[in-house]
Amino acid sequence: MSNSLSTLFDKVWDAHVVRKIEDGPDVLFIDRHFIHEVTSPVAFLGMESRGVKVLFPERTFATADHNTPTINQHLPVKDALSANQLDALERNTAKYGISHWGLGNPKNGIVHVVGPENGITQPGMTIVCGDSHTSTHGAFGAIAFGIGTSEVEMVLSSQCIMQPKPKKMRISVNGMLSKAVTPKDVILYIIAKISASGATGYFVEYAGDVFENMSMEGRMTVCNMSIEMGARGGMIAPDETTFNYINGREKAPKGEAWDKALAYWQTLKTDEGATFDKEYTFSAADIEPMITYGTNPGMGLGISQHIPKAFDLEGGVSSYEKALSYMGFHEEDAMIGKPVDYVFIGSCTNGRIEDFRAFASIVKGRKKADNVTAWIVPGSHIVEQQIKEEGILDILTEAGFELRQPGCSACLAMNDDKVPKGKYAVSTSNRNFEGRQGPGARTLLASPLMAAAAAVTGVVTDPRELI
Amino acid sequence: MAYDKFTVLTSTAVPLPIENVDTDQIIPARFLKATERKSFGDNLFRDWRYNADDSPKQDFVLNNPIYTGKILVAGKNFGSGSSREHAAWALYDYGFRCVVSSFFADIFKGNSLNIGLLPVTVSPEFLDKIFTAIEADPNTQIEVSLPEQTITILATGELEPFVINGYKKHNMLNGFDDIDYLQAMKAEIQQFVETSVY
Repeated sequence: MSNSLSTLFDKVWDAHVVRKIEDGPDVLFIDRHFIHEVTSPVAFLGMESRGVKVLFPERTFATADHNTPTINQHLPVKDALSANQLDALERNTAKYGISHWGLGNPKNGIVHVVGPENGITQPGMTIVCGDSHTSTHGAFGAIAFGIGTSEVEMVLSSQCIMQPKPKKMRISVNGMLSKAVTPKDVILYIIAKISASGATGYFVEYAGDVFENMSMEGRMTVCNMSIEMGARGGMIAPDETTFNYINGREKAPKGEAWDKALAYWQTLKTDEGATFDKEYTFSAADIEPMITYGTNPGMGLGISQHIPKAFDLEGGVSSYEKALSYMGFHEEDAMIGKPVDYVFIGSCTNGRIEDFRAFASIVKGRKKADNVTAWIVPGSHIVEQQIKEEGILDILTEAGFELRQPGCSACLAMNDDKVPKGKYAVSTSNRNFEGRQGPGARTLLASPLMAAAAAVTGVVTDPRELI
Repeated sequence: MAYDKFTVLTSTAVPLPIENVDTDQIIPARFLKATERKSFGDNLFRDWRYNADDSPKQDFVLNNPIYTGKILVAGKNFGSGSSREHAAWALYDYGFRCVVSSFFADIFKGNSLNIGLLPVTVSPEFLDKIFTAIEADPNTQIEVSLPEQTITILATGELEPFVINGYKKHNMLNGFDDIDYLQAMKAEIQQFVETSVY
C-alpha cells in the first residue's frame, strides 16, 4: 500500500521479517516459543532424523497441560499414552536445555496462562506455539498465533517460520457494557456477528473504549477466541493496564531494561489514519450475556433470544440442521431453561483469577444444583494459589463445589474430564464442536457468570437474575 | 518428513458436502497421544466413521465403497479450529493427496502445504459442479494439475484455475520443505538476532 502510516500489526510484523521471498511467504523471526506435550514430540523426532539441534533453547518454554489429570497430580499418570507424551517432553527439553514446567512444578499450568503470568509474554514480540489459542498473547500487543508441528520443528531448529503476511482487520467496540456482560460475551457476540470463518485470512486488532477499559485477563479472553472466527490472531495496543500487569513479574525487564522496554512499548500503536483491509464497529449497548446453541462458536446468541430458523441464515442449511440435531435443539427454542448436566469453568479462555472471582460472585451464599457435575479447574498453580488466598475456595466449598488441579481439562477432554454422550455442559472454554468435550458431548459456551448461574440453578439461567 | 512430489493427480473423489468441518472432527483430540507420526489415518473422522463400539457407521461416506479416490471434496471453511497438524497427517496417511473446498481455515491450509497435501480452493459454483458430477457418477475423474494450476472435471471438460504462491508450488512439485529452506539461511538468522529487540 502507498500509505506510509502503519498499523500496530505492521509495526510488529515488519520488525521481524528476516527475508522476503518473492511470490512466497516472509521468513519471520520468532521471539518466544511455547511448547507442550501433544504437538512437540514429532517435531523433536524430525530434528533428530535431520541431525539438527535447537538453535536458541533459551527462547523456548515448555509446560505440560493438554493431557494432564486434574486430580491426584502427585501420583503417576495412569493413562499410558499420556504418560508417554509427558515423559517425551521431559526428555526432549532436558536434552536440549529448554525450560520445562512439568507436572508438579509450582509454575505448571496452561501454556497461555503461565506465559503471561510469569512475564514471558511482552508487547511487540512474535510468539508462537503448536496450539491455536496462542492468539491469547495478542492481548499484550504481541503478534501471537498457533502453528502446526512442522512449524514447531522450524522454530526449534531455526527460530523462524515462513508465513505470508495476513490481511488486516480492525474490530471496534465502543460504549458501556451492560450488567453481567463480560469479555467472554463481547467476543462471543463478535463471532456470532461475523461468523466462525468471518476473519479467515486476517489478523485482527481490537480497538475502542470497551477494550481500553478491560483488564488484562479480559483482553486475554477476547484475543484467545480470535481463532474461533478464523483469524490467525488478534491483538490490542499495549497501554498502562498492560505495563502495570507486566511490571514486577519474573521474566519482565528490570531497572534500566524496563525503562528502555517501556519507551519502545509506548510506540506500539496504530498510526492515526492507517488503513485496514476490513473494519467492523459494534456498540457495547447491543451486547447481552451470550450462550451458544450449535456446534461452532459462531452459533451464539443473547441469552434472552431464541434459536434462529434455518432459512433466516445464509447458506448451509444442511449443516445447520445437522448441528441442531446433534445438540438436540430445535428452531425457535428459547435458551433459558435448557437442561444442564455439567458445568466447566477453566481453560486458556476463562481459567484466570478474574474468572473465578466472577464465578464465586454468583455462587456465594447459594448451593450447587444436585443434577450438576461441576469441574472447577484453575489455569495454573499460581491461579490456584490466588483462589485459596482470596477466600474463593471457601465460597466454593461452602456451596458444594470442589477445586481441581490445573490443566486444559474438559476443554478438549484429552484426560479423564470427559462429558458423557448426549449430556449438556455449560462451559467457559472456547469450542463447542461435536465431541470436543467427549464423544457425543453437547457444549454450550458461555461466560463464568453464566456457568455459575447454571451450576446453582441446574438449568440455563440468565445471570442477570442472580446478581 | 519426506512426502510424495505432487505434479498431476487424476483420481475419483470422495464427497463431504458439510460446512465448517473442524479439525476435532478430522481427528478427535483423544487420538493425539502418539509421540510418532504413525497410523493417524485409522482414526480419520473417527466419530463420524465409527460407532462407540468401533463398528462402522454405514451412512458415512468413507464407509461407502462406491466413493474412493485420493481427492476429498468438502464444504466451505474446511479445517477450522485447532492447529493440530495431525488433521493433515490423518488425511494424508489415509491416502488423500488433495482436498478441494471453496474455503479453507488458515492454519489447516498451511499445515497441509507443509506435508504435501494440496489444498485447492475453488469458487462455490465450481464446488457445486463437482458435487453434482460425483453424485451423478461416483466414478467421475477429477484432474488436479499443479504445473498448470487447474482443476478439471474430465467428463465434461469444465475447469477452473486455482491459486498457489510460487514458492509453495515449487516445494510441492519437488517434495521440498520449509525446514530445509530455513536450515540453509542460518547465517542470515544469526545476523538478524544481533539487531533484535528481544
